[in-house]
Amino acid sequence: MKNGLKDKTKETIAAYGFLMPNLLGFLLFTSIPVLASLGLSFVKWDLLSKGPQFAGLANFIELTKDPFFGKYCWNTLVLMTAIPISMAGSLLLAIALNQKLRGTVIFRTVYFLPTICSGVAIFMLWRLIYNPNFGFLNSMTAQFGDMLGLRLTGPNWLTDEAWAKPAFIIMSVWQSIGGYNMILYLAALQGVPRDLYDAAEVDGANSWQKFWNVTWPQISPTTFFIATMSLIGGFQAGFDQAYIMTGGGPNGSTTTIIYYIFNNAFEWYRMGYAAAISWVLFLIIFAVTVVKWRFFGKAVHYN
Amino acid sequence: MGHHIDSLIQEEMKQEIAASASRSRRKKTVKVVTELKEKSPMKRGLQRAALFTALLVGAVSMAAPFLWMVSTSLADAGQVFSENRSWWQEWLPVSFVWQNYVKVWAVVPFAQFYLNSIFVSLCITFGQVATSAMAAYAFARLNFPGRDRIFFSYLATMMIPGAVTMIPVFILLRHLGWIDTYKALILPGIFTAYGTFMLRQFFLTLPKDLEDAAKIDGCSYVRIFWHIILPLSKPALATLTTFTFMGSWMNLMWPLIVVNTHTKYTLPVGLAYFQGVHGTDWTLLMAASMMMILPILIVFLFNQRFFVEGIKLTGIKG
Repeated sequence: MKNGLKDKTKETIAAYGFLMPNLLGFLLFTSIPVLASLGLSFVKWDLLSKGPQFAGLANFIELTKDPFFGKYCWNTLVLMTAIPISMAGSLLLAIALNQKLRGTVIFRTVYFLPTICSGVAIFMLWRLIYNPNFGFLNSMTAQFGDMLGLRLTGPNWLTDEAWAKPAFIIMSVWQSIGGYNMILYLAALQGVPRDLYDAAEVDGANSWQKFWNVTWPQISPTTFFIATMSLIGGFQAGFDQAYIMTGGGPNGSTTTIIYYIFNNAFEWYRMGYAAAISWVLFLIIFAVTVVKWRFFGKAVHYN
Repeated sequence: MGHHIDSLIQEEMKQEIAASASRSRRKKTVKVVTELKEKSPMKRGLQRAALFTALLVGAVSMAAPFLWMVSTSLADAGQVFSENRSWWQEWLPVSFVWQNYVKVWAVVPFAQFYLNSIFVSLCITFGQVATSAMAAYAFARLNFPGRDRIFFSYLATMMIPGAVTMIPVFILLRHLGWIDTYKALILPGIFTAYGTFMLRQFFLTLPKDLEDAAKIDGCSYVRIFWHIILPLSKPALATLTTFTFMGSWMNLMWPLIVVNTHTKYTLPVGLAYFQGVHGTDWTLLMAASMMMILPILIVFLFNQRFFVEGIKLTGIKG
């Protein structure tokens, strides 16, 4: 080398040059905040008065006694029942679309639309759909009743405590059934070696036996992947729709953990308490993921 | 940890080879089996017709809310609330009140929201793809002291929910006096461990020989990155671009936290604000919602194939 620098040193300098913009941002907006958040969970601070007051474990102790936290954890879990429903639906859809029927591409597009258009606009739409006076769900119900000569009235979806969660679950199944998971399943189904089916047919297996003994074990890595990602996502979900559609109500029945963190931090300025909840949320996610790997990781079939 | 991932990828390649071997084996068995497989064509036809019908019914129920959205956005405000319109009047736009779409821009600073969203999303997307690609190149292709340790710290944070960092970042921005600025909207969105991780995984799968040849010719790392790595990684870069753009276009919570004047609102916050002020103007709300999803919809309809490939790319063993 002309300039006398060793190749290795040159490579190190270049590497850090490439890394630097991202690494600085990562330190500033991710790794230092992670540590800061851990520190925050041991203080009480409303941002306005004096400054952070050391509180030891007070935030965590308060959390164990906070009836709302338990309730919102429960809400989050109940809303997560949408995950298995929509996973089963995605798999069924993928199997149906894998039959090489006419119009598969068009079907795939239509089923994917709700996923692509997620966000505030769609929650606004569903708020109107669920409206008991003008929404189409209840007006269809009423008109269906008229046809039968009955007087049918749909529920007050979003303002009735008993119906708000089912309303959210129906909406999220609609949103995710034909989305990413369906595409992943479709790819997995196309990856199952044909000769396994051929061998099963030679053995006289029927469609159900073929699914259960060939397809299901072969796509189990995909199922495991989807389930893991959905669980991790599910624990952190539920803010946008609740903020737009119900404001977390009625009577807190659609408030999830993340919404409670948001409220504590940015509505009530209880920074320490909010940080403590966010760490508990992390621990829940971490524990569930580890347990899943331990118990189901081995059952997953990798060839 | 880094090595662990490398070995996973090697494993994947082995599987690929095994799969292609079995594919060629299959051809021989196929002939024997086709004779066994014959079902009565009648029964098969019926099955397929039933399946097609089921898919059609499903597709209609997926699309129904959108159809209703379009017809509501074009309806006369008085009409939506009238009790005695029949069911087809709800679904088919009987009137075309294009005025709804025009009105939205007048009642709230919708143009400003739109411009903010475009600006913020473009900055975040460009920043994230550029810095992630650079970092991923260093992690995947260069040797330097501390590499595995730094990469492990990236991986470790990927499991930590965004809610954990959101609070200290807000406090930090407040200290810097950046609350209610574009900087606060954009900068924290640029740096994610995920983008770097995904691109690194992709870069690792690229063949090494082109790069080695370039090195022998005395190419600098910058030129290798620009002329070899990036052009070979177009699918991965396109995927990250799309998902980052969509993510920031839809993001509601972060703008809600750091911005409080109307002129800085992005579309999701603007729409939420619109709902708060004109909550009962359903026709206008639906028109505004339509305009928010339209750009995403257009991008999707024209690049569908590539969306699908992108999902497979990120999803499989991600």
